[in-house]
Amino acid sequence: MEPRTRSFYFLACFFGLFLIFLYGPTITIGILSFQGEMGGLTFPMQGVSLHWFFDLFEEQAVGDIWGSFRRSITLGFMVMVTTIVVSVMGGLAFRKKFPGSTILFYLIVTALVIPSILISLGVGLMFSQTGFEVHWSTSGFGSQLTWTLPFGLLIMFAVFNRFDKSYEEAARDQGATPWQTIRFVVLPIIAPSLIGVALFGFTLSYDEFARTLLTAGSNNTLPLEIYGMTTNVTSPVLYALGTLTTVFSLIIISIFLLVALRIAKTKARAGSDAGKGLL
Amino acid sequence: MKLKLNNALAGWLMVSPLMLVLLIFLVLPILMILIVSFWRATEYSIIPDFVFENYEFLFGSPVTYTVFINTFKYAILTWTFTFLIGFTVAFFLAFHVRSLTWQVVCFLLCTIPFWTSNIIRMISWIPFLGRNGIANSALISWGVIDEPVEWLLFSDFSVVLAFVHIYTLFMVVPIFNTMMRIDRSLIEAARDAGASGAQILWNVILPLTKPGIMIGTIFVVTLVMGDFFTVRVMSGSQSANVGRLISNDISLLQYPSASATAIVLLLTVLIVIGILLRFVDIRKEL
Repeated sequence: MEPRTRSFYFLACFFGLFLIFLYGPTITIGILSFQGEMGGLTFPMQGVSLHWFFDLFEEQAVGDIWGSFRRSITLGFMVMVTTIVVSVMGGLAFRKKFPGSTILFYLIVTALVIPSILISLGVGLMFSQTGFEVHWSTSGFGSQLTWTLPFGLLIMFAVFNRFDKSYEEAARDQGATPWQTIRFVVLPIIAPSLIGVALFGFTLSYDEFARTLLTAGSNNTLPLEIYGMTTNVTSPVLYALGTLTTVFSLIIISIFLLVALRIAKTKARAGSDAGKGLL
Repeated sequence: MKLKLNNALAGWLMVSPLMLVLLIFLVLPILMILIVSFWRATEYSIIPDFVFENYEFLFGSPVTYTVFINTFKYAILTWTFTFLIGFTVAFFLAFHVRSLTWQVVCFLLCTIPFWTSNIIRMISWIPFLGRNGIANSALISWGVIDEPVEWLLFSDFSVVLAFVHIYTLFMVVPIFNTMMRIDRSLIEAARDAGASGAQILWNVILPLTKPGIMIGTIFVVTLVMGDFFTVRVMSGSQSANVGRLISNDISLLQYPSASATAIVLLLTVLIVIGILLRFVDIRKEL
């Protein structure tokens, strides 16, 4: 192996600084959320306490945190499942050209680049003017899908661009029906990338607020609750909430990554090279 | 002939849920905004009509131009920094990290923050940049400055900083993706032909990475142009971009005026994307 060049060490330092830049602030509020009872929004720490975490459990202090947390998780799972199903179907369909596929593709790109507040405004107006009530599980759900579906589909496009068609041909040659080919050949091969789609679907929904701002109705989701808190809460309780929801996100992310790792290991043990080079 | 029709039907059937979602929650809302942008508003209600007063007011107000210039300023500044940082990080990951495991680990370290809350990541800067924040105390204790600097928080500086913090990832991922697909023998060939490291970077890697850069650019530019929240929080409501103009109108229930601004913003973003898409075929690059 070649020896490391000087540029390697320079770039490694740059990367290290970048990681500090990425994680530093989050770690800071993690520490500050343990601020003592008399402490403020910044250092120095006035002792160490769990005071601000306890504050979160008192309804009058911060509003309906736990209700919004429950709603966000429910919505996250709804969006996740829908994103997986719709993206896989869309990805399969886009492998062949069909009339209108180009227009649909540009619609997907539009959904990705359109300023979120337009979705919020448009959906909100549409519901109010047609007499429907906005609710997080209907208008909020749909608005979030316009953000998660493009990501899911982009992943599926990338997966199917690298998909070896000879697996399907082999299945067909052995007499599998189209459904059997998908169920027993295609889906198992793309399974690891579906974990990725699920991760995107859940986390993007769980953190989304711009698209749910005018479409969630009277019951807030968690990001909306936090969004409201930024304007009127000036105590470390905000940091405590931030720390808790970040920890929750990290747990969810690790679960997804562990599942992906497990699937990869199982495959390696089975001695099959199916799915190699997909992720 | 029949087979072709069957194929088309199968395709349509498979994308029907997708089409339904995009129709109800993308196409119809845009049409709705377009329609409402011609309506009139009183202080408490909106009235169906067909007037151009919202657009006339928008284009007649000097605030509009300031705000649009501000929006472009944020977009260009953020793009510059995210590109420089994103390219460097992706270059390191793709060409200097040698084992696949380390590549995956470093890549995940870069992407994990993307899956956590943007609002929280933004708020996290406040204890850092405030008057008594970490940055100021550190600078004072190092003797760089005597008094706390005021422009760290609630300024254009903090807005761009937050943008770069949140969106650099959108540069790293597509650039890394294209770099990984560069045939390594091209670089070897360049080296054999006597190119220096800088020449390889400039004449081989940079041109081949262009599609990734373009995709990252599209993400960063549209996200920054459509933002309304970062600017409000990080500028302490002292600066405005187009998104904030819209969200202010919304909070005053001036939906027709908000809609007109939204339509102009959408057209601006689409024109920018249209220009960028001329340089790259996204479908080929995935």
